[in-house]
Amino acid sequence: MSTTDQLRPSSAGKPPAVVQTFELTCRFGAVTAVDSVSLSIEAGEIFGLIGPNGAGKSTLIKMLTTLLPPTSGGAVVAGFDLATHPADIRRHIGYVPQLLSADGELTGYENLLLSYRLYLLPHAERDTRIAAALAMMGLSDVRDRLVRNYSGGMIRRLEIAQSTLHRPAIIFMDEPTEGLDPTGRHAVWKHIRDLRRELGTAVVVTTHYMDEADQLCDRVSLISAGRIQTVGTPAELKALIGPDATLDDVFEKLTGATIATEGEYGEVRQTRRAAREHT
Amino acid sequence: MMAIPMTMTGYFTQVLAVADAEVQKLRHDPWELVSRAIQPILWLVLFGGVMAQVRGLSPSGEPYLDFLAPGILAQSVLFVAIFYGISAIWERDLGVLHRYMVSPAPRSALVSGKALSSSIRGLSQALVIYVCAAIMGVDLSFAPGNIAAAVLLIGLGSGLFATFSLIIACIVKTRERFMGIGQVLTMPIFFASNAIYPIDLMPRWLKAVSSLNPLTYEVDGLRAVMLRGGVSAYGLGYDLLALAAVLTLLIAIATRMYPRMTQ
Repeated sequence: MSTTDQLRPSSAGKPPAVVQTFELTCRFGAVTAVDSVSLSIEAGEIFGLIGPNGAGKSTLIKMLTTLLPPTSGGAVVAGFDLATHPADIRRHIGYVPQLLSADGELTGYENLLLSYRLYLLPHAERDTRIAAALAMMGLSDVRDRLVRNYSGGMIRRLEIAQSTLHRPAIIFMDEPTEGLDPTGRHAVWKHIRDLRRELGTAVVVTTHYMDEADQLCDRVSLISAGRIQTVGTPAELKALIGPDATLDDVFEKLTGATIATEGEYGEVRQTRRAAREHT
Repeated sequence: MMAIPMTMTGYFTQVLAVADAEVQKLRHDPWELVSRAIQPILWLVLFGGVMAQVRGLSPSGEPYLDFLAPGILAQSVLFVAIFYGISAIWERDLGVLHRYMVSPAPRSALVSGKALSSSIRGLSQALVIYVCAAIMGVDLSFAPGNIAAAVLLIGLGSGLFATFSLIIACIVKTRERFMGIGQVLTMPIFFASNAIYPIDLMPRWLKAVSSLNPLTYEVDGLRAVMLRGGVSAYGLGYDLLALAAVLTLLIAIATRMYPRMTQ
């Protein structure tokens, strides 16, 4: 199944899309976690996927990062078809998972070294590129400390550093500021903006914090129950409702629910686990 | 960035990158090795001390401790490797595995790297047991060829049981269920083998089971190379070949199943 042919003509004349999905769908048993999502993300933009827990954000990210095969529909990521070229996609994307995934039993440097070697990056530039990535995320001083002694914010920045080593066209970050204190969150935002400015990397973040979407993202997409409700700049979306509207108001207006209460917490994840156990 | 053509060198770089991370962890926390050496030493001292009084346990009349040492070495490496799946599930729960899975490294390179990690762990543990066995007066051989063969046997055996464990982890998916299954698996693998008594003493049906058990070939090979004047029942070449073949098969299976853990 190739979606490349269906997608290429429609993108003619527009800035090159780094992600384009075509009715991307994922079902777990009777639950549709992601429902016919078609969206386009441009090179170099910070794009927010906004919605409550269980809305399907993480499932969408898992499909776009080749971790989870879609049930139907397709996507082109970094110029490669998801169905036919997952290995090429992996070479050109970065991923910061929702969990703090850096290995606590290794130092910061050793974590980056592992990634550097898995991506088969040039040996001659190894030390300079790892040092540069650590410096950009403000971690040069703690490079030889075991990661289990890092704060949550430092681990996040290390993971972001790690995801930039191979200069990907796009980095997917799943809830990058979840569980961080306000200082940690603002530091992560700053580093995401620096990253985009210095490397021109597109960044997709999922979040259920409206202030994060408002301040960090160029464009946002509101997701609820696995469907894209609307896409636009934060200003555009707020203008739909009225002069003093917040993104929360937009979400409530579009879905008839608030982001805090919409959907059963973790419902999709539980259903997925049940579906997995029965197969 | 240009797509890098997948070469053999690149493949080995990725396998070694995974294994090297394990070496770095061992360097950061070497005490783990020491604590894991306690159980096999107890087997040698307590079990070996008593059973040495029983006649006829060692087939060619050598001291029972000499017969037992290769079996206990293989057993202790097995006991560590068979719980390797727990750390794989742990890595999945922490998100470490997701990082491996979004990297361009072929899945078989990741699985082979994990098997090699287990081999390194097994070998570092074998070193401790060699030292203890020497102190206890086991008639060890330190000929370079024998040491090299022992390294191969222990490396293959440890990688094999760790890969088997990884496959179990892909099936059961949670640590709690794995703990139960791991306990159930170690007993038959250990007792339906030649580790602590010769196969000749077994009833016919158990002989058949034990001849399908990879641990039997690991122990058989180790008896030939660990001890001075040691002999193998099946032939060292056959032992190595059997272990390598089973390891290859298990890596092929695990390569297909491993990505399911992050779905």
